[in-house]
Amino acid sequence: MAKIESAFLDLTYLDRLATGDTVIHRLDPRVKVVIAALFVVCVVSFDKYAIAAMLPFAVLLMIIMGLGEIPAGYVITKLVVTSPFAVMVGIFNPLLDQQIVLHLGSWAISGGWVSFLSILLRFGLTVAAMLVLIATTGFNQVCMALERLGIPKIFAVQLLMLYRYIFVLLEEGQRMHRARALRSFQKRGMEMKQYAYLLGQLLLRTIDRGQRIHLAMLCRGFDGTIRIRQNLRITTRDIVVFLAGGMVLIVIRRFNIALLLGNFITDLLQ
Amino acid sequence: MHMADALLSPTIGGAMWAATAGTIAICARKVQRDLDDRKVPLMGVLGAFVFAAQMINFTIPATGSSGHLGGGMILAVLLGPCAAFLTIASVLTIQALFFADGGLLALGCNIFNLGFFPCFIAYPFVYRPLVGSNPTPMRIAVGAVLGGIVGLQLGALAVVAETVLSGISELPPAAFLAAMLPIHLGIGLVEGLVTAAVVSFIWKARPEILQYTIESRPLGHLRLQKVLIGLGAAALITGGALSWFASSNPDGLEWSMAKTSGKEELEAPPTAIHRLLAGLQEQTSFLPDYGFKDGGTEPEIAGESSSSWPAVDKGTSTAGLVGGGLTLALAVMIGLLFRKRKQTP
Repeated sequence: MAKIESAFLDLTYLDRLATGDTVIHRLDPRVKVVIAALFVVCVVSFDKYAIAAMLPFAVLLMIIMGLGEIPAGYVITKLVVTSPFAVMVGIFNPLLDQQIVLHLGSWAISGGWVSFLSILLRFGLTVAAMLVLIATTGFNQVCMALERLGIPKIFAVQLLMLYRYIFVLLEEGQRMHRARALRSFQKRGMEMKQYAYLLGQLLLRTIDRGQRIHLAMLCRGFDGTIRIRQNLRITTRDIVVFLAGGMVLIVIRRFNIALLLGNFITDLLQ
Repeated sequence: MHMADALLSPTIGGAMWAATAGTIAICARKVQRDLDDRKVPLMGVLGAFVFAAQMINFTIPATGSSGHLGGGMILAVLLGPCAAFLTIASVLTIQALFFADGGLLALGCNIFNLGFFPCFIAYPFVYRPLVGSNPTPMRIAVGAVLGGIVGLQLGALAVVAETVLSGISELPPAAFLAAMLPIHLGIGLVEGLVTAAVVSFIWKARPEILQYTIESRPLGHLRLQKVLIGLGAAALITGGALSWFASSNPDGLEWSMAKTSGKEELEAPPTAIHRLLAGLQEQTSFLPDYGFKDGGTEPEIAGESSSSWPAVDKGTSTAGLVGGGLTLALAVMIGLLFRKRKQTP
């Protein structure tokens, strides 16, 4: 089963991208988290038939990806892999909304197709924005930024702990899964009962591990309060980027740049 | 059953974020007050366990398809509701960030749908009363299966409600519901069976692990009614405030209503609901900004929205197409340009 291996690969790949050192990587994570959130809110707040107005956001994202040296191929592959739910729900729009809103020559396009495309575009932009955030920032930095931005400390610690042990437990799960696969010859699928026993074993090992970690923490002076090392510092550059980025987002949300461009071109042609 | 950003309106997304953030804050305070520092690493590794468990598939008998554990129920059984909620929230956060399951705005919905219902409804009101303080494999099985079904049915119901209220998808609620509920009945059954099998396995191998949560009261000193009322109010107020922002040019009456809803707590829910619905209606009946979908649009809303949206005519739609095409080309070009630049040095 490739799923557990591919999950492992994804995590390590994004982690490796996050170790890069580009203009985008060097920004303060808080700035990136807030800008990413603003980006998503801007995109989803468009009305349901918007397409052209959303495309400037794609341009912006492309620029950020380019500056951050994030391979577009990887992001596009991830988008395709994760799209089924959005596609499945969205595909009903063309069937249910058949009012014609646009004529391309003799080809009539119904509102449903426009809104379906709009859903796909929204999906692409929001998901890509998130992948870019994590690939240019790294999960630990995102957690620290979130903690500074005010999420409860215990939740920040939980996120950091989880991220640390995901790798360990994925490896453990992978080993057990492989061991079963090797001993079951041609029998390919796993039945529910075996699955439950496998998980039960994994769970026992996990709980033991949790106890060992707790003892190790106690040995190192853990007293119930958790301290997160903070080395975040906002520089003038961060503030400038934050203000400029926020302004750009608001401007392209507020004004339909693509339409203005189109008006300009068609006026020119006439 | 992960909700996606693409199907959400900011109003609903924001309201669910508020509800989820509120629940996380309450749970964080409760877990911190418990002062059981064993739980800190245990929550971390159990989250990782659920993560690993979701990556292993098994074949569902008689269907040929495959399934995996959701994890909300099993975490609630092992950790109690509050710690379980924080753990499942952290798992979903990582999935959203690394595997693009759902999205940033939809994260609020997803944590609520997949965390709140198993931890705060299915576990305390279904599993605990059925299993009691003296579990047997039979009781665990019945409790876990029913709990799994209840949790996932409520979750599926919430997904439908969020999608329909957002108004981005055209799916009629009844048809969507008719598709989602039976599917999730199956998923819930499988989830329950797996949870039952794993919990019985642990109960046989190491009963003391379960003893810990069996002795504690599921919600401790937390009053569920209080929590629910608080969450509802938080969600409604945020939804109301957001939909107020969503309307580009609120008139005097609306403005004063939003103002009172901010000040008078007793009045808040009804006005907030009204604002929420008004915002939704406005969102769903926005004029498309290219094309000529004429007729049927209420004039006052059209007047209100036209301040921020260009007037609709044939020329606009041509311009929209030309401009959109050029912008798209620009995006692709930038991508290719950076790619070339990266390859050359």
